[in-house]
Amino acid sequence: MSSHLLSLAIWVPIVGGIIVLALGSERRCAARWVSLAFAIAGFLVTIPLFTSFDAAKSGMQFVEMGSWIPRFNVNYFLGVDGISVLFVLLNAFITILVVLAGWEVIEDKVAQYMAAFLIMSGLMNGIFSALDAVLFYVFFEASLIPMYIIIGVWGGPNRVYAAFKFFLYTLLGSLLMLVALIYLFLESGGSFNILDWHVLRLEMGPQVLIFIAFLMSFAVKVPMWPVHTWLPDAHVEAPTGGSVVLAAIALKLGAYGFVRFSLPITPDASHYMAPFIITLSLIAVVYIGFVALVQADMKKLVAYSSISHMGFVTLGFFIFNQLGVEGALIQMLSHGFVSGAMFLCIGVMYDRVHSRQISDYGGVVNTMPKFAAFFLFFAMANSGLPATSGFVGEFMVALGAIKFNFWVGLTAATTLVLGAAYTLWMVKRVAFGAVANHHVAELTDINGREFLVLALLAIAVLAMGVYPFPFTDVMHASVDNLLKHVAVSKL
Amino acid sequence: MLNNFVMPDLYPAAPEIFLLCMACLILLVDLFLGDYQRWVTAMMAQIALVGCAAITWVTADTQVVLTFSNMFVDDLFADFLKLVVYVTVSVVLIYSRGYLQARNLDKGEFYLLVLFATLGMMVMISAAHLLTLYLGLELMSLCLYALVAIDRDSARATEAAMKYFVLGALASGLLLYGMSMVYGATGSLEIGGIAQALHQGAANKTVLVFGLVFLVAGVAFKLGVVPFHMWVPDVYHGAPTAVTLFISTAPKLAAFAMAMRLLVYGLFELAEQWQIMVMIMAVLSIAIGNLAAIAQTNIKRMLAYSGISHMGFLLLALMSGVVGQDRHFALNAYSSALYYAVAYVLMSLASFGTVLLLSRAGYEAENLEDFKGLNRRSPWFAAVMLTVMFSMAGIPFFVGFFAKFSVLLAAVDAGYVGIAVFAVLFSLVGAFYYLRVVKLMYFDPPADTAPIQATTDMRIVLSVNGIAVALFGLFPQAIMAFCTYALLRSL
Repeated sequence: MSSHLLSLAIWVPIVGGIIVLALGSERRCAARWVSLAFAIAGFLVTIPLFTSFDAAKSGMQFVEMGSWIPRFNVNYFLGVDGISVLFVLLNAFITILVVLAGWEVIEDKVAQYMAAFLIMSGLMNGIFSALDAVLFYVFFEASLIPMYIIIGVWGGPNRVYAAFKFFLYTLLGSLLMLVALIYLFLESGGSFNILDWHVLRLEMGPQVLIFIAFLMSFAVKVPMWPVHTWLPDAHVEAPTGGSVVLAAIALKLGAYGFVRFSLPITPDASHYMAPFIITLSLIAVVYIGFVALVQADMKKLVAYSSISHMGFVTLGFFIFNQLGVEGALIQMLSHGFVSGAMFLCIGVMYDRVHSRQISDYGGVVNTMPKFAAFFLFFAMANSGLPATSGFVGEFMVALGAIKFNFWVGLTAATTLVLGAAYTLWMVKRVAFGAVANHHVAELTDINGREFLVLALLAIAVLAMGVYPFPFTDVMHASVDNLLKHVAVSKL
Repeated sequence: MLNNFVMPDLYPAAPEIFLLCMACLILLVDLFLGDYQRWVTAMMAQIALVGCAAITWVTADTQVVLTFSNMFVDDLFADFLKLVVYVTVSVVLIYSRGYLQARNLDKGEFYLLVLFATLGMMVMISAAHLLTLYLGLELMSLCLYALVAIDRDSARATEAAMKYFVLGALASGLLLYGMSMVYGATGSLEIGGIAQALHQGAANKTVLVFGLVFLVAGVAFKLGVVPFHMWVPDVYHGAPTAVTLFISTAPKLAAFAMAMRLLVYGLFELAEQWQIMVMIMAVLSIAIGNLAAIAQTNIKRMLAYSGISHMGFLLLALMSGVVGQDRHFALNAYSSALYYAVAYVLMSLASFGTVLLLSRAGYEAENLEDFKGLNRRSPWFAAVMLTVMFSMAGIPFFVGFFAKFSVLLAAVDAGYVGIAVFAVLFSLVGAFYYLRVVKLMYFDPPADTAPIQATTDMRIVLSVNGIAVALFGLFPQAIMAFCTYALLRSL
């Protein structure tokens, strides 16, 4: 079946972004509405991807193929399977929220702000749907540019440092991946097709080196301990929208890379390196959980909680069972909603008080009851309360991990305690108790726009928590296929 | 005696002859022009270039034609490079005009020296004989020395010109010495004859390699690679920006042609010997160029060091042509070097073009600080500079990425994985200073709020230049394929 849905999902937001840029900095209102229109249009074109997705098939769907650079046999080759299709949807959905979230808050260079997010959204869709390695790499790298600009232009006081750190850290990883990609191209006899590489035979030595090159790239992006230090900086300095996109989508790119590249291309090296990755993941889960506990800055706390949650994801991938991988994917989606919502909540408070310090708040529930309800709900989801999406993924991964090894499972499960501790403690200090100071006393509750954004996310979180089957069904066949593939040695 | 004189076939050299006639005509016409009529000279120079382009285009065919007793060659490689040179020089003249007028440097000499230098480059590009090569080189170099000193009252420019002249003369001396050695060893000054003598194994290897060292040194000086790079930052810095723009673009193409003619066409049999030298220079240039660029506060110096690292990348492709006795890598490697040279010139034009754009009467925008807040002053030209900076850093979707990509591919193909990793790691270092320019333009408030003064034609051409950097990145195939084809037809 030939369709151009994926191309539309990529290029509608990018073209929209360019049109918004062309509006110029004077027409703010127009820029906002045009951006919203393109964000919604970008989401609408991804809906058919979900509705007409054939969950029974494990292969690539909505495939598009065209020659791009015949000189190096590089193709414009797009397609999604059950693993990637959901991220395209998530990304398009989050883009709408980000545009809404920056509606009144951003007054400076509105057009450029909106355009940066739209362009990034298109590039991210490109990453999730590219099946040609060069195409993937091009989208992967190009997506750094808008994020760099977003952090640097609309960020906090230390934004320059954070923007540079973000860019250079992630670039380091991806440059090594580039060499690995070129090596694979030559090894496979001149193909950049990722699906060809999945069946390419490789010796153990090259496999391990390629795995490490990929690991450098994806581990930074995930981020895994110990290369996570850019994330708290980037999150703290980025504007709310930037944090949301970083947490909800950008972090997923690394994890997605593991599933699309590392596991199927170097299965033997993956098995060989699995104990190492599992150790790193567990350190992220436990140690970073403790680090989150002592944070005084709300954004930093959520940033560390993201790292800890992503540790769960990498753990799920490298225990090589259905529960683990599917749980990790669900966790990725859920984390997209929940962390996005947490950053939006913090953004709502920051817009009013201009502080992210927990100590500057207290008793917010008295002045912002509607907001506090949302805040508490998302905090519960973040700590993995049953019936929210946060629970499903964590539960599946923990179950898978216990199947794999009891002690690994037990260590991983501590996140349920730690997560609850740091998140709920923060909510307690921020939202409950007596009104702490006159800033809090003067707070006004969320307006219709903010309510809409948070309510949309709340519905998504709840729906996924109560009835996750539509999501797991879509990915089931593809995950099955992946695991079968990974189980076969390439030596 | 006269009976022995055979009229050479002038047809292959028609562009050179046309340019020479035009330059002489301009020389005469300019005598009768006042300063306010200088546009006539500028227009005639453009007409000369367009005429050359038309002649080259019409006479281009896939045959390799030798003329002037095998001293001059007309092949597709030469035609392609010449066309790029015409475009480059034409753009240089457009960018320079406003700058020169504002400094009372808009003299006829400028146009004539540029045209004669162009003639020198064309002769170099088409040289099939060591003497022709030297003739072209000296014609070009002498014009360039004079151009650097065109602002007679500037002590800095005079110093730069002196430095350039002394070191350039030394390099010419080295080159001549090397040529005499090669002549001594092979008994031929014709590049084809040298190759033949080497192929038959008749030459004295010791003398030959000794001469080769000097040839490589001479070429390296003209390219401006470590350890023959000392003049580059000083000359770029000292020369009027318009001249810097010229020196940093077209002569690099000519120097590349010289490297190809001497090393690849002439001394291909000695590839193993010169590849080692080229490798050392490539590695050093990439490292030192990128590291030293970080420390610069002057954008011209920064771009000079960045140019050194780019030339290092170009050498990376040049050294990947032959592995052992296996030559099937040659076409790939040399065509990616050619592509890199063209891409570099395109980027260099736009970067110095932006520096010229920001300069105005009595004010040199040559410090990095002068780029502060450009996004507020002119979002469009900030975007152009952003494109160029990311392109130079090798971030997709811009032309610089594909240039680096094809070079890396050639290097890995030839088995230099370690050097490729080294090169990408230094690209990371390079990314830092390119990002710094973007930071100044986007993140910082403007220090200088004067509106940008530039002629309409400059604005248009600079915009087209910036768009070209992006478009050739989105669709790199056309130039890439042509580079390969041109070399295939003339190797």
